[in-house]
Amino acid sequence: MSMVRIENLEVTFKGSGATGRPVRAVNGVNLSVARGETVALIGESGSGKSVTLRSLLRLHAAGRTEIRGRIEVAGQDVMAMGARALADYRGRIASMIFQEPLLALDPVYTVGQQIVESIRRHEPQTSAAQARARALELFERVRIPSPERRLEAYPHEMSGGMRQRAMIALALACKPQVLLADEPTTALDATVQIQILLLLRELQRELGLSILFVTHDIGAAIEVADRFAVMYAGRIVEETDSRTLVRAPRHPYTQALLRGRAGGSEHAMARGERLQTIAGSPPDLSRLPPGCAFAERCTQARLDCRERDPVMTELNPTHRVRCLLVES
Amino acid sequence: MNTAVASPAASSTAATPLLRVRNLVKHFPLKGKRVDGKPAVVRAVDDIDFDVLEGETLGVVGESGCGKSTTARLLMHLINPDAGEIVFDGKVVGSRELSLREFRRQVQMVFQDSYASLNPRLTVAESIAFGPMVHGESRDTAERRARDLLERVGLSPARFAERYPHELSGGQRQRVNIARALALQPRLLILDEATSALDKSVEAQVLNLLVDLKADFGLTYLFISHDLHVVRYLSDRVMVMYLGEVAELAPSQALFETPHHPYARALLASMPTLDPDRRTEQAPLAGDPPNPVNPPSGCRFHTRCVFAEPLCSQRAASLAPATARSREGADPLHVVACHMMQAGSGHSQTGLSQTAPSGAATEQVSA
Repeated sequence: MSMVRIENLEVTFKGSGATGRPVRAVNGVNLSVARGETVALIGESGSGKSVTLRSLLRLHAAGRTEIRGRIEVAGQDVMAMGARALADYRGRIASMIFQEPLLALDPVYTVGQQIVESIRRHEPQTSAAQARARALELFERVRIPSPERRLEAYPHEMSGGMRQRAMIALALACKPQVLLADEPTTALDATVQIQILLLLRELQRELGLSILFVTHDIGAAIEVADRFAVMYAGRIVEETDSRTLVRAPRHPYTQALLRGRAGGSEHAMARGERLQTIAGSPPDLSRLPPGCAFAERCTQARLDCRERDPVMTELNPTHRVRCLLVES
Repeated sequence: MNTAVASPAASSTAATPLLRVRNLVKHFPLKGKRVDGKPAVVRAVDDIDFDVLEGETLGVVGESGCGKSTTARLLMHLINPDAGEIVFDGKVVGSRELSLREFRRQVQMVFQDSYASLNPRLTVAESIAFGPMVHGESRDTAERRARDLLERVGLSPARFAERYPHELSGGQRQRVNIARALALQPRLLILDEATSALDKSVEAQVLNLLVDLKADFGLTYLFISHDLHVVRYLSDRVMVMYLGEVAELAPSQALFETPHHPYARALLASMPTLDPDRRTEQAPLAGDPPNPVNPPSGCRFHTRCVFAEPLCSQRAASLAPATARSREGADPLHVVACHMMQAGSGHSQTGLSQTAPSGAATEQVSA
């Protein structure tokens, strides 16, 4: 059963900026996450991965955004929720962790107070003392040393890795079933990043969470994810398990993305060799070209790639690709 | 301390060091006092020595607070060192032989934030021409050269010369910053996380460009980055810093294949794998790097090191070849600041053959 199901999601930001044209950030995304599964949504800046993730909590300002499509989380229709239902849903069924905990946490309350508030908002029958005991448990669970003392700390008094753990504790305070992670380890140092990735993996296993993990770092994603969805220009272009992604990617964009990495993978270039690059830059989302959005930069593009929009093709039950070369 | 000074110098007899850094120190005073009443200072860079050889790329890696960016800024004299000597091409910087102004012409820097480093009110060509004009070139010559340089960094001058920074993408802006750095025909380029903010596909383009420019202009690079993959790809030698000190300095291949310092090993083992069948099972280190305000005594890594012995908290190891690790004589180019690597240091592990490079450090992390 799918824990998260997104169907034909389209997100358009109404005209702003110099051009005034609407920006089509997400153009028809279909994605599901099973119970207890971790899916990584990868892509470069502007590919629509974070926009997709934020839509799941309906975090986009309603006045400036047009959202179409269907989002179902734990059997509930997220798009149909009113303000009250939405507030109950956020944190209780799905919650999110962000790249920069210093911006996500409230600077004027201690981390402990924030966790207690969150628990009591969702479970009014819980006493302050009970909520505090749960906060302490959460801090132990995310392995914060001397947790009792740290509950009294303000976010600025913690180190980067500790703050990230505290934010994970806050996100898990109301026992959500779905955890949405937006580049949670990008700002961290290497030795701390791996600790947080392993913590997420462990929490996922123990709590049976479904995780949707957004990142541009393929390495970080491989450490936690079962399955991958690669985004380009607002669409998912390839969806598969992590082994297939690394060993036999089929979309030319995925292939190029893996080849362009300096070191690390079997596809990567060694010192002295030239890095294979993807020429050009991603398309302007306010002026998408006809046909495949990647055609302009694709070394394997044919004439019809610029005319006909590829559809998602299922190669096998666990591997789907949106490319004309695969279609034929 | 003697060995520390002598060894990098000895290692550089083959090629001339373009830049020699000796006993470089920068402490930033803080408001307030420590618990023991002494004034609090951030020991950002604490007595480091290294050489940059002519024509090489020296990579600098380490985590936040290790002093790698402060080192770059000290070299450029964007901030003044508290102590230490910087010798460029055999001449002491700031002496009568080599004025600061002349030094700055020969050493240029590219920063991480491509937008903040450009003047938003100057066109791309004006920005590139600005430096040479300050150094006395005519506007005409400087602007002609700016257009040449735009071409060299892969931006067509006809399309880009008259644009303003906000009209460019991040990758294009970083190309402009590189062109501007080259406008004064420097010999050494300091790249401080210069490609870190770029998307991977754009970063690869800029890395290729850096490789080309280095060959074309005969440049020397000091390449600072937290991305070990990129450092490995680009560098001839790599310097690992930890809390304001140099932990290890070695030829790139030697460092990545046989890191000697327990911190270097842990740092390399922390790189996420790209093989789904060999995911990391245990984090090589627990906790965050300590605060550089009150760095640990002795070897600064002893608080997180699984091999630490009482000796390590009492006395810092000096940077020297790993005499405890080789019977045929240690590689003089591979220096490390760790008691375990130095014969006769008194550490119980000196005589041992090397334990598993990364696995060893993972067993006792929760201790």
